[in-house]
Amino acid sequence: MLTINRLSLQLPLYVSWWKREWATCLNEFSLTFCSGEVHGVVGASGAGKSLLAYAIMGLLPTAARLNGQLAYQGKPLDEARQRQLRGRELALIPQSLNALDPLARTKRQVAWAAQRAGQSSRHALQSAQRALDHYQLDARAQQAYAHELSGGMARRVLTAMAHVSQARLVIADEPTVGLDPLQRQRVLDALRGLADQGKTVILITHDLRHALPIADRVTIMRDGQQVETASARAFHGSGASLASAYARALWLALPDNGFLSHAVSQAQPTEQEITVA
Amino acid sequence: MLEARQLSFHFSPDAPLFDSISLTLNAGQWVGLSGDSGAGKSTLGKLLAGYLAPFEGEVSLDGKALPKSGIQPVQRLPQSPELAVNPRWRVGKILREAWTPTETQCQAFGVQPSWLSRFPQSLSGGELQRVCVLRALVPKVRFLIADEISTMLDPITQLELWQALKQEAEQRQLGVLVISHDNALLERLCPQRLHLSGSQLTPW
Repeated sequence: MLTINRLSLQLPLYVSWWKREWATCLNEFSLTFCSGEVHGVVGASGAGKSLLAYAIMGLLPTAARLNGQLAYQGKPLDEARQRQLRGRELALIPQSLNALDPLARTKRQVAWAAQRAGQSSRHALQSAQRALDHYQLDARAQQAYAHELSGGMARRVLTAMAHVSQARLVIADEPTVGLDPLQRQRVLDALRGLADQGKTVILITHDLRHALPIADRVTIMRDGQQVETASARAFHGSGASLASAYARALWLALPDNGFLSHAVSQAQPTEQEITVA
Repeated sequence: MLEARQLSFHFSPDAPLFDSISLTLNAGQWVGLSGDSGAGKSTLGKLLAGYLAPFEGEVSLDGKALPKSGIQPVQRLPQSPELAVNPRWRVGKILREAWTPTETQCQAFGVQPSWLSRFPQSLSGGELQRVCVLRALVPKVRFLIADEISTMLDPITQLELWQALKQEAEQRQLGVLVISHDNALLERLCPQRLHLSGSQLTPW
């Protein structure tokens, strides 16, 4: 469905006004996402998870240096194709709530997403209504402006926008931050439902525990590199079926597992600073 | 001993947040506080740390009211460290505002010497959270109110933070109130747990 082949990404880092260094954010990253799967992408902050999403969507800053190939349904995914497919075939649920238009009411905004995917304006309003009802946003929230929504509501609006776009590849960037357990389950179930319809869902999160029940495969990232891609079933017990020490440490650090009894030295403390190329 | 007696608080008179709830926290004791969003967990934390004054009841430390000025013996650690630091100060100045932690303490909390000359915006949330926790561990501090301090951290960073804090708290006999949504985390950290719902505090 989507193949990433040796993708490297570098961003400029200004040491002073005139001196520029390149920070490597993704390093020879290769991965294939299949249709019908929820693929969890898990890693510490600064591991390059969100940048991976932006690279797939073609939303990187212009100064970025990108190497390697992306292929969507067998054909190379270049900038022109990304622009054409964005919002139609590819949808991103962004992490930042600032992605909502401050000047448009919720329902109108979701209808725009449906229109972008090719629906007529009347039809779009109807599907916006349906999607917002599905995410339990009442009539008042549907007529609200972005600043009048709570964090959890805004996040559900963003999820509803991806829902109406009928995209075949949905990238959800931390979709459950700030949601209470019930809402979180609703959003995760909705993502699972999309995958069960044969779509591809990339779930970017640092919350390994809540991603596991709905994910088919999980990729662990660290410092822009892929540490391990394992079946979600490999995360159980003492994590013996996980190949890398880092993935095992991540699993054992969860409060349900070893936690305080688990020695940190095994975890190889993460040096999160970006390696300067 | 940090003691809250018969606290009542509300933001609007027709919807009381708590109705005469009481709570004691002894030195060296870890208590977990859970509850739904909007139940008033953070507000209770702010009352205990003296950020807010209760309408009825009182908060006392060893039988005396909390000091009005100077270093507060009850420190509250907020959820978002970005909002708790001065963006115009460098990390070194932020960290040493009230005291200077030793090298070993910095190491235990994973605070790198290279961060000190940087501005807080250039650190990630997890890195800044560790700076903020270490900043609050002034020698005079007796109790900590940890309000969802590890929600945005990945499992390993979360574990390192709690291990460092646990060690420090044991050494100095600090009492800690851990506020979190995460029941599994509270179960691991706190022998005693309380649940706040419907303006009442019940043992869990």
